[in-house]
Amino acid sequence: MSALLAPTLMDAGLLAQLAVGGLAVVAAVLAPPRARNLAAGGALVATGLAGAVTGVAALLGVEAGGVPVPVALPLTAPLDALVLAPDALGGLFMALAGVVVALAALFGIGYAHGAAASRTGWTAFAVFAVGLQLVPAAADAISFLLAWELMALGSTVLLLADHAARGPVRRATLWYAVMTHLSFLLLLAGFGVLVAAGGSTSFAAMRTAGVAGPAADLAFVLMVTGFATKAGLVPVHVWLPRAHPEAPSHMSAAMSAAMVKMGVYGMLLLTLRLLPAGPRWWALVLVALGAVSALYGILQASVQADLKRLLAYSTTENIGLITTAVGVGLLLRDSGQSAVADVALVAALLLAVSHAAFKSVLFLGAGSVLHATGTRDLDLLGGLAARMPWTSGAFGVGALGAAALPVTSGFVAEWVLLQGLIHVDARTDRLLAIVIPVTMGIVALTIGLGLLTFVKAYGIGFLARPRTSAAADAREAGVAMRTAMVAGAVLVVGLGLVPGPLSQALAAAVAATGVASVNGAGLAVGAAAAVLDPVALTALAAAVLVPLVAVNVVLARRHPRREVALAWGCGGERTSPRMEYNATSYSEPVVRVFRASLQARRAVDVVHPDSAPMIVEHMSFTQETADVVESRLYLPATRALARAGDLARRVQNGSIHRYIGISFAALVLVLVVVAL
Amino acid sequence: MSTARLLRLITRTGRVAEPLEPPADGAFVVREGFDVPPALRGSAQVRHVDAGSCNGCEIEVGAAFGPVYDAERVGARLVASPRHADVVAVTGVVTQNMAEPLRNTVDATPNPRVLVSIGDCTRGCGLFAGSYAVAGSVDDVVQVDVHVPGCPPDPRAIVAALRAVTGR
Amino acid sequence: MTPGSFAVILVHLVVAVLVTPLLIGVMRTVRARLEGRVGAGVWQPWRDLIKLLAKEPTRAPGSTPVLTLAPIVLMASSLVLCALIPLVSTVALASVPGDLFVVVSVLLVGTVSLALLGLESGTAFGGMGSSRHMVIAAMVEPTVLLSVYALSVPAGTSDLAAIVQARVADPISLLNPVSLLAIFALVVVVIAETGRLPVDNPSTHLELTMVHEAMILESGGRDLGWLELGSWLRLTALLGLVANLAVPWGVAPDAAPLSLLVGVGAVFAKLVVLGAVLAAAEVFIAKLRLFRVPELLAGSFVLAFLSVSASYLVF
Repeated sequence: MSALLAPTLMDAGLLAQLAVGGLAVVAAVLAPPRARNLAAGGALVATGLAGAVTGVAALLGVEAGGVPVPVALPLTAPLDALVLAPDALGGLFMALAGVVVALAALFGIGYAHGAAASRTGWTAFAVFAVGLQLVPAAADAISFLLAWELMALGSTVLLLADHAARGPVRRATLWYAVMTHLSFLLLLAGFGVLVAAGGSTSFAAMRTAGVAGPAADLAFVLMVTGFATKAGLVPVHVWLPRAHPEAPSHMSAAMSAAMVKMGVYGMLLLTLRLLPAGPRWWALVLVALGAVSALYGILQASVQADLKRLLAYSTTENIGLITTAVGVGLLLRDSGQSAVADVALVAALLLAVSHAAFKSVLFLGAGSVLHATGTRDLDLLGGLAARMPWTSGAFGVGALGAAALPVTSGFVAEWVLLQGLIHVDARTDRLLAIVIPVTMGIVALTIGLGLLTFVKAYGIGFLARPRTSAAADAREAGVAMRTAMVAGAVLVVGLGLVPGPLSQALAAAVAATGVASVNGAGLAVGAAAAVLDPVALTALAAAVLVPLVAVNVVLARRHPRREVALAWGCGGERTSPRMEYNATSYSEPVVRVFRASLQARRAVDVVHPDSAPMIVEHMSFTQETADVVESRLYLPATRALARAGDLARRVQNGSIHRYIGISFAALVLVLVVVAL
Repeated sequence: MSTARLLRLITRTGRVAEPLEPPADGAFVVREGFDVPPALRGSAQVRHVDAGSCNGCEIEVGAAFGPVYDAERVGARLVASPRHADVVAVTGVVTQNMAEPLRNTVDATPNPRVLVSIGDCTRGCGLFAGSYAVAGSVDDVVQVDVHVPGCPPDPRAIVAALRAVTGR
Repeated sequence: MTPGSFAVILVHLVVAVLVTPLLIGVMRTVRARLEGRVGAGVWQPWRDLIKLLAKEPTRAPGSTPVLTLAPIVLMASSLVLCALIPLVSTVALASVPGDLFVVVSVLLVGTVSLALLGLESGTAFGGMGSSRHMVIAAMVEPTVLLSVYALSVPAGTSDLAAIVQARVADPISLLNPVSLLAIFALVVVVIAETGRLPVDNPSTHLELTMVHEAMILESGGRDLGWLELGSWLRLTALLGLVANLAVPWGVAPDAAPLSLLVGVGAVFAKLVVLGAVLAAAEVFIAKLRLFRVPELLAGSFVLAFLSVSASYLVF
């Protein structure tokens, strides 16, 4: 019955997404300004939910044995048609995108202001959302690229929303636009190679064509670079820490939680569906890219004082972990350890899902903070837990998930990844014996630094006392924003409490075996049947807490808490919140230990009064942690490009004779080439 | 010093702590009407505050917690924060700058608490009476429960005062 | 959950809570005797704890519930840690196995709650302690995971109880280089995680040298009581783990009363010996400069990595 229902549900869902998305555009353009947020946002929430339902149907429908019926929408020539037929993997990513879009749109109803709430703003978001949700549904190269470009277009336009108010927005958009189109070109080239070798643009045809050899290698390199750019892997991540902070917060959430996942989806599509029998070095490339990104991302995140930039770098770290897991999975499949390979691939998908959940909550929380205080600089915040309890609670849950602590979905994902790594049998394979421990060490270091980063983000921003009046005057967010944040937080914890059913559903997306549900919602992986039961763990913790809290309550009645006037700061009178540790000082040890990789620049300026050179009138400390890859790789490259451009300009001296001469030479060259 | 040398020094030195004796008369004075809180039986963490002394009493307090007089064996221990403390041990006269911090320190200490003032300066300002820098003596600023007289007092008297608090 | 595993958890918790202050007392007494002092006796930490629980805690303006909750969360995480680690018995808890990553995560919950408490106080010292504490925790992570990973390769599983059982069954494995390197790396981990010398001085009064102490400067009364007991329980759990990995005999293989009794006696003896050795070693070493600590931790990471590579390449 579900096999009959599922295909039609999928088709209906796909058409619904397009229709409601179109409705959102209409609402954005026609609705009066006061109702625009609600109308357009509401329509987009519906679009997102439609995507989620369709995606889940696609994910589970295949589990029940149904075959997806493609939805073909005719387009203008020279393009044939937009063919949409999500399989289980596509369905998973569509569901992920749909939920994130729904959360972001709900948040946007309360949050969008200024340019982000204009007709252009909401239209751009609607276009972006539709593109985002249709990328995983595409069944051929043309549809894929079309949806990809819609996604890029919508996000670029919305990124420009605040450009009149703030300068960095323009630079960020420039970086983003250039890099996203670079990725588009690389994908175009890669698909071109595959189409040339396979003969047709449909993914099914590419798979059956079984492209191998140098053509496959070339396609792999081009497409992985393209997808890595979108996913935000080092060294093509440089747009991420610039663009995500500058976007309006609901957009940042959608970009970080869902759009970068399309890069991951692309890599999975390439290595699991289009070119499934790749050589070993492909997997090693993915592992290397992922490991470097994970480490670099979290290192940079741990030293940021800008909250949204911190979250953006954390996205690089998580995508790096996902890519590493995918690479390890492919490596193990190649080595013949398919059971453990499946565990690693399921771990990658779990990491993707949990990251979508907690990253959306974190960005939405950051948006709420920005909305209430006007700043995203952690050094100027503090004490927000008392003033914004809902935001603080949701952000705290998101931070727990990001730090992979029990009992969140992040914890489950990391557990499965580590189980996968532990159960690798590397006794006969020298390469695995080196790669697996190194990977484990890197994963462990990223876990540790991730803990530090999120303790810093939550503790400095929300605990302690307000460091400025902006923080002291903060007020809680509105209903729509609160609902979105709480819904996200519920997802973070809820998905963590049902790892068994969740993993089984995800396993279907990558045709994995070896994950099973035990004890209701618990999870058992691998041949060694390692078991994770978060519900039982919670029960144990609750059992331990009951006597503890009981004793505490009895003691509290006999010795009640006394209110004192001052916190203990050595009894001094002139203590102020400015003396608290802030984000920059919190990560100072990290800057020091990792100074070679971070290359932070510090300056201390001391101003003396003219009459008294021994007395300090004013002192300031500045620390700049620029992106090392950007300053060491991109800046020299762009400078070299600019110099080459200058040199080329000398050819254009205004003399018409020279121009005619060049055109003539070009014509002769073409004739020669054609003759050959 | 190398590990081997240190080990030899430890074995040769053995126990340095002198045996505990019953307190001499007048070693310490307890405020009238003051009863040691029963919760502090057996354990008293001490937060020492120098309210403006010549450091003579500090040296004796240091000696009291050192190996020879070993105040730790009566259950006392020096701690860094008044929030961790039961006993606030004050030395010296209270200078103008230290009056408010002293009150803050005592207020920061959770109840039940005992205030021990050590040295003649804490009662009547000793040598420094009448100075422009002095706000008063300790018992002018906070309520003292146990006083250890002397300029400076014998470490044995300090240990005896703490022993009276812990009852060990 | 079978009655056997229920009994085992109960025994673990009761033994851990009862033995822990005694262990701290033994360590302080050993230290005192080596320094020529008498010391307060092995029961002093119990006296300190009971007194602390009978004192009032305080609350400064602007505090959040973190002040009240962090000590409870730390205690809960330490107790769960003691329940999961095979201290007395290796009876597998079918639904909540003492799995490596679960145990490490529970440890980290305690670490994070302490760090947040430090930030909550709103003073400079609290933030400083919190920052140092988290940096040390971050740098110790790789060593923790890699050293238990190395120990799990021969056993084929990451369940700590199963690893201990495998080591009992194969005594020769205790002496091979993989094992020795991994145990040594674990000892450095224990020292770093529990804040002992040379990483942190637990009895310092100089705020600028504090790591753990700085985070709890603002807590008093029963808050402090829970914080102290919670931190001591972590020491017991981790020392017990190292002891049972290095010298696995005496650990009860089932939940029979006699073997549990033997297990309790064995773990008590091992803890006291290991604690005494640790305390004696502390007399001879000074605290490392904070920025030399990463070198120490990197060194222990190298040992753990060598241990893992050896487990694959050699055996």
